[in-house]
Amino acid sequence: MSHAEHPPYLQHHFETAEQQFDAGKLGIWLFLATEILLFGGLFCAYAIYRANHPEIFVYAHHYLDKTLGGTNTVILLCSSLTMAWAVRASQLGQRKLLVLLLVLTLLGGAGFMGIKYVEYQQKWKHGLLPGAHFAPHDEGIEAAAPEKPIAPLAGGGADRTTIPPSAEGPAGTVPPASADLSLREGPTRRPSNVQIFFSIYFLMTGLHGIHVLVGMIAIGWILVRSLRGHFGPDYFTPVDFVGLYWHLVDLIWIFLFPLLYLIG
Amino acid sequence: MSYGSLAGFWLPRQASTTAGSVDFVFNAVTWIGITFFVLITAMLAVFLWKYRARPGHAAQPSPDHNQRLEVTWTVIPVLIVVWIFWEGFEGFLDLATPPKNAYEVQVLGQKWKWLFTYPNGVVDENLHVPPGEPVRLVMTSQDVIHSLYVPEFRIKRDAVPGRYEKQWFQAPEAGEHQIFCAEYCGTSHSAMLAKVIVHRSRPEFERWLADAGNFIDKLPPEKLWEGGEKLYNQRGCKQCHSIDGTSGIGPTFKGIWGHAQPLRGGGSATVDENYVRESIVDPQAKIVAGYEPVMPTFQGRLKDKEITALIEYLKKLD
Amino acid sequence: MGTAEGTATGARVSPRLGDNYLTHTRGFASWALTLDHKRIGVMYLVAILTAFLLGGVAALLVRTELIARGPTIMGADAYNKMFTLHGAAMVFLFIIPGIPAALGNFVLPLMLGAKDVAFPRLNLMSFWLWVVGALFAIGAVVAGGVDTGWTFYTPYSTTTNTNVIATTFGAFILGFSSIFTGMNFIVTIHKLRPVGMTWFKMPLFLWSLYGTAMIQVLATPVLAITLLLLIAERALKVGIFDPALGGDPVLYQHFFWFYSHPAVYIMILPAMGIISEVISVHARKHIFGYRFIALSSIAIAVLGFLVWGHHMFVSGQSGMANAIFSVLTFSVAIPSAIKVFNWLATLYKGDIRLSTAMIYGLMFLVTFGIGGLTGLHLGALAVDVHLHDTYFVVAHFHYVMFGGTVVALLAGLHHWWPKMFGVMFDERLGRIAAALIFVGFNTTFFTQFVMGSHGMPRRYYDYVPQFDLYHQISTIGSYVMAAGFFLIAYYLILSLVRGKRAPMNPWGGNSLEWHTPSPPPHDNFSETPVAEDPYDYGKLVYDPAKGGFASRSYEGAGAS
Repeated sequence: MSHAEHPPYLQHHFETAEQQFDAGKLGIWLFLATEILLFGGLFCAYAIYRANHPEIFVYAHHYLDKTLGGTNTVILLCSSLTMAWAVRASQLGQRKLLVLLLVLTLLGGAGFMGIKYVEYQQKWKHGLLPGAHFAPHDEGIEAAAPEKPIAPLAGGGADRTTIPPSAEGPAGTVPPASADLSLREGPTRRPSNVQIFFSIYFLMTGLHGIHVLVGMIAIGWILVRSLRGHFGPDYFTPVDFVGLYWHLVDLIWIFLFPLLYLIG
Repeated sequence: MSYGSLAGFWLPRQASTTAGSVDFVFNAVTWIGITFFVLITAMLAVFLWKYRARPGHAAQPSPDHNQRLEVTWTVIPVLIVVWIFWEGFEGFLDLATPPKNAYEVQVLGQKWKWLFTYPNGVVDENLHVPPGEPVRLVMTSQDVIHSLYVPEFRIKRDAVPGRYEKQWFQAPEAGEHQIFCAEYCGTSHSAMLAKVIVHRSRPEFERWLADAGNFIDKLPPEKLWEGGEKLYNQRGCKQCHSIDGTSGIGPTFKGIWGHAQPLRGGGSATVDENYVRESIVDPQAKIVAGYEPVMPTFQGRLKDKEITALIEYLKKLD
Repeated sequence: MGTAEGTATGARVSPRLGDNYLTHTRGFASWALTLDHKRIGVMYLVAILTAFLLGGVAALLVRTELIARGPTIMGADAYNKMFTLHGAAMVFLFIIPGIPAALGNFVLPLMLGAKDVAFPRLNLMSFWLWVVGALFAIGAVVAGGVDTGWTFYTPYSTTTNTNVIATTFGAFILGFSSIFTGMNFIVTIHKLRPVGMTWFKMPLFLWSLYGTAMIQVLATPVLAITLLLLIAERALKVGIFDPALGGDPVLYQHFFWFYSHPAVYIMILPAMGIISEVISVHARKHIFGYRFIALSSIAIAVLGFLVWGHHMFVSGQSGMANAIFSVLTFSVAIPSAIKVFNWLATLYKGDIRLSTAMIYGLMFLVTFGIGGLTGLHLGALAVDVHLHDTYFVVAHFHYVMFGGTVVALLAGLHHWWPKMFGVMFDERLGRIAAALIFVGFNTTFFTQFVMGSHGMPRRYYDYVPQFDLYHQISTIGSYVMAAGFFLIAYYLILSLVRGKRAPMNPWGGNSLEWHTPSPPPHDNFSETPVAEDPYDYGKLVYDPAKGGFASRSYEGAGAS
């Protein structure tokens, strides 16, 4: 097979375009697997802390804004739809539709980041920050309609365990039985170590946000290429792969939203 | 130094009741290992000689697999490791389960020493124990992770900040044994050494403990403040009260002697002998403004003379 | 293939070896931006050997410090930084990328009869990520060092005032380099196998690289997130691992070992693959028990994920967790044992040539054997309590990592050196160096087993008098080992300058890389080769005129 017969997108070490596409597809799936494992670490941290300190999660999630979080979920789901449609459009060679759908997807991503920014700003304003920076103050903080009244957040920064360790230490020092919420905490006192929840919240949503940004850059790149007419029924590999990545980013949020915002 | 004796080629001497079962597994595994190793190297040597390349010699055909052989040398190692696992697990259960009546010593690891606290409040940098009795160590750390290791007892456990780890041993005979820190903890990790001192009898141990508790009695009056300093460090004062002027969970001790302290709910109190004494035995009586009433009482935990020593120490901090 | 050229014996290497991948294009950019897997492999080889030199010098300084009690050549803090440098450089810069990225990159596409790996650009990026990661790590050392040990345990690593962030960020980047290599290998093996090469006809080195790549892809992201958390912990004080903020320091150990235990299989699996190749080729005997060896690679890769907890037997894990991790740990011993027995059986009725590569291959059986068998001590719970964090662990680790991986790397390096550079090295000096390394290595590390079981804790700057003799012997052994390595460097570099021209197939291997000239042309093969049983040596006969082996069926097809 001489080079003259090769289509421009076929690299020299592949025999056929199909082989190249299959290789790329396997590659992108492997990449997605690594992404899942990257987040897997954080999901494990979440699971372990929630198992050891359920009271922190139940208490602190009231301070996340369910409306904004829910809106973001809808936005991301819609952008996933437009992305999937865009892949289809590129396969069918519908260039104008492809461009339109990519622009819509990009707008979805931007909308998501915008809302995320508003949420982060509120947390910053209220001092609901991770770890050592946790310093909540009362003005303007409203817990979102809990079923029963909950303790005010304000009053001191992060609880620092004094050494020798207090009874409410980290995992391992508190037997799970003593974590019975109704008995121990009551509505008047906030649980210890609430900052852990906000650490996990910022780490998980922050890493996810970075992935949304990367996804937007990738979509921008295929948008430019589709404006130049690079894609058609013969060659739509990049659109397909960016689409897969975008669905993964969406999927991770589908897990993050209930785990962080909708703890019952 | 008792630790220097070489009891065998592989292992130090056994000085705890559980060391024997650990050594049994160690020796068994070692002999299994030696058997396999000799087998492998002997076959290797035979093959190397018999089938060495030389003029006129060529490889002979032989089967390139043999199901029965493969299964055999899979199953035999499986059986062996199952046995090793079981022995190791049983030995571990012994190590992990302290008897109920164990004598309890609190252990605090810090950069770079061990502090052992006895039931009567005495703190020592070596671990003194009675012979022939199970001793349970309840361990934590003040800074980073340490690990308390006594080779001659075959015991080791990490001391982790923010949690309590436990281990136990029973030393049948009197003697001294080396304690190492086995988890890397910085500059003087290798100098974080201590001794286990197994006394000759329970009464002798009790005598030592009582003496250690009364060290203040032996101090001349002009040195009493040194006893106070030791108590400050050992009995938990320093966890909340600094001596450099910084505000902790409680007010600092620096420069308060003879000065008035503003109290919660108005008023003030001058720091003198009576005030200090009252603050120690009945801490909730007067709370310094800006602090929470969180101090536990030391009534019965500090003797009068010890309180006096602390007062002398406070005067020195002026 | 029959038109192989340049196999004349005795000829000194001329400045031009003919048109091959080394001479195909010239200039710095033609290397730095190359997409050729062979050049990337060579660049990796230079890079990892440089890292090995760095880590080795640190090791010698550590051993020299320990030759006597008290301060010998450095203070305690400098010592702590030195063993951290040794560990981090050896693990992250040398031994993890070592075999897969250097030898694997070079050999894998050749063995497949392919023109390149599936993603050549990703491959190049992987190399440059290694360079960037290494610069971060080395920059941290230049800027004052790190003293945490290569494991970065919290809360020590979050409280020490040394350059933890730069180092861990370097390791983070190196992780991505490793992930990309793994992805490339998996896809290449899946999609670029030639006609006729089914899974069970692949050379075993490819099976081992496949298992390695699976671990690289599935475990390394967890290291990435762990190191990110550690960086967040230090930079932003998020408190996930900080007991003072309600975090759990032992959680860090779980995260770290979830990667780092499988990582030791990233280090040893490709080594086992090399041994399968080297022993079979140099004994001129079909590998014994192909399927068992191949599947045991995969078994090790899978089981390797389930044993991380054995690093925390004394950290306060529950007894139940300890028991489960102990069982699983023993289960990993089985596939390793199977491999050793199969290699031994391969020698049976063979025609064993003690070439330098083969000497390392056989040395592996001895040293890795000891490393594996002492793993049984550490897997047994009760015994591990005593041996944990002592020199026994240090010795075990080095018998597996040095006696296993480094020895196998040396075997592979000597085995493929003629293929990579088209020259033969001095076999006599090779054997002398191997002897020095064998003696030096065992002197250094066997004594460490003994002092470890006597209770000498690791990472100690100073020690009690009881251990004097052991430390002295160990240090002297390390000097002997170093001499061996300098000798290797000498004759290998010399071979590049004036080594004999290598034939196409100097050892009589039958995997596809031996069916193309040494060094291979830019495109690897002039025509796509047909794969056959890689371990069938029946057709190959030695041709004294060429100094190498040639296929009977190609005879008369006219060589040069």
